[in-house]
Amino acid sequence: MDISGATAGQLLDAMNGGSLSATDVVNAHLDAISARDEHIGSLISVNADGALEAAAEIDRKRESGEPLGRLAGLPVAVKDNMCTQGTATTCASRMLENFVPPYDAHVVERLKAADAIIIGKANLDEFAMGSTCENSALKATRNPWNTDHTPGGSSGGSAAAVAARLVPLGVGSDTGGSIRQPASFCGVVGLKPTYGRVSRYGLVAFGSSLDQIGPFATDVSGAAALLEILAGHDPRDSTSVDCPVPEYTASLEQPLEGLRIGVVPEFFGDGLDAEVESAVKQAVDVYRSLGAEVIEVSLPHTKYAVATYYLVACSEASSNLARYDGVHYGHRAEQFENMIDMYAASRAEGFGTEVKRRIMLGVFALSEGYSDQYYLKALKVRRLIRNDFDTAFAQVDLIAGPVSPTPAVRIGELVNDPLKMYLSDVYTISANLAGIPGISIPAGFSSKGLPIGLQLLGGAFEEEKLLRAARMYEHGTDWHTKAPSVVS
Amino acid sequence: MLAPEDVRKVASLARLKLSDDEIAEFSEQLGNVLDYVEVLNELDVTDVEPMAHAAEVTNVLRDDVSRESLPREAALANAPKSDGRFFLVPQILENA
Repeated sequence: MDISGATAGQLLDAMNGGSLSATDVVNAHLDAISARDEHIGSLISVNADGALEAAAEIDRKRESGEPLGRLAGLPVAVKDNMCTQGTATTCASRMLENFVPPYDAHVVERLKAADAIIIGKANLDEFAMGSTCENSALKATRNPWNTDHTPGGSSGGSAAAVAARLVPLGVGSDTGGSIRQPASFCGVVGLKPTYGRVSRYGLVAFGSSLDQIGPFATDVSGAAALLEILAGHDPRDSTSVDCPVPEYTASLEQPLEGLRIGVVPEFFGDGLDAEVESAVKQAVDVYRSLGAEVIEVSLPHTKYAVATYYLVACSEASSNLARYDGVHYGHRAEQFENMIDMYAASRAEGFGTEVKRRIMLGVFALSEGYSDQYYLKALKVRRLIRNDFDTAFAQVDLIAGPVSPTPAVRIGELVNDPLKMYLSDVYTISANLAGIPGISIPAGFSSKGLPIGLQLLGGAFEEEKLLRAARMYEHGTDWHTKAPSVVS
Repeated sequence: MLAPEDVRKVASLARLKLSDDEIAEFSEQLGNVLDYVEVLNELDVTDVEPMAHAAEVTNVLRDDVSRESLPREAALANAPKSDGRFFLVPQILENA
């Protein structure tokens, strides 16, 4: 068995059946990391000793017949903006380069309780701000399908690690597309849950009304298994919603009867790459051939989503990042004149350009004399965007469309044009503004061999429907079985 | 284009010490973004209720019981400067 090339489900079956130990699985993935991550750069830190210790403990428990968690022995890469007690959590920022959290994030606790093994922390755009991972202050990550291209962002490290088969599962966070877009660029499955479905406790905050943690896997079944563990109520996050978590893996193989798929004309306008458009239309045809009804639905406020999102997200970011003051934790400048100057110098040295740009935009949008014109206005348009989805989901079960206007962008292509980078988030950010779930699944390749994703959006707390519909698509196609040539 | 003096004012509010080059760069880039967001002015939102949050939950309260907090040592472990009891900051009051 090619251990590092196997899916989460195959590995669990092999471990539960006794043909593989957790130690075998961890060793094979550590070998894959040593062999391939030098070129990919997906992980900021690797905890080899800790992973092997955890694997040995799982093998011991299995041997002695003790109960095991549902992800027992599966290696997971966690985006480095989620706190891991005793292990650095950098947010890919100079500000937090030496920050070692004194507690675990809720999702990290859940992973440990499920006996998953956190093998490493994955690269990201600094503080999750960006769409290419190029804003990481610590390292560059390359797309496993073509190393001249970016893996997407901000959860590009988690997506690339799963695509390169360094781990079967990854955890990311999605504020405006940061799970779905890198999943699309790297040809893996990535799901952003409904706002409130997964606790944000211990996730370093970017845009608190938008941030949501979710799974990456090579296939839908892996994403379903991981979401089952991540999701659920946590009183430590006041926006965590107290409603039962369905057994996503149990219903996954049941196709949806009478499925109504919405197609949004506003998603097929200017700026959409022809190959992406064609792949998405073919995917919709696959659903048609599986018996789904395809219905056109309008999201008339789509053209306002990018402007709304950047005002809301940057305003929240400017407030959240005010905590980095060089006093309690994080970087402190050596040279300063007084207390205020210490704050300003520490923040200037600790933050990268994109983070500064977004803080500046947010402070401006919230400042006296401007907040009604910018921030408040954006909050009102946000409701119009949400209302569009409510109207659409009265007519259809799910919306199918592109994830990103293009396949993976080249390294360096967007770094000097922030507005162009923001505009590339057009298909993903509405879901964050509305709080609804979305999934990206592999749906083909460009002529240059770069993956193309299909996005499915659902109503609030409809993750089960998204996963079942995504699994139907896998039955109709074999895109999810493709791995980049670096894996061999 | 956002005027450089406005960028300086925002940087001061944001507690960011920016170089002259950064001020020039942000004048242009933030100006472009602010021009772009003008698109929202096409919409009449007079009677629209602002939506601050996706999950519109009301106040969530916990029982008012004391719980264990982070031990002092752990809370201070990441401090850039500490004397083992407190976070240390530069002197704030003159002649103190």
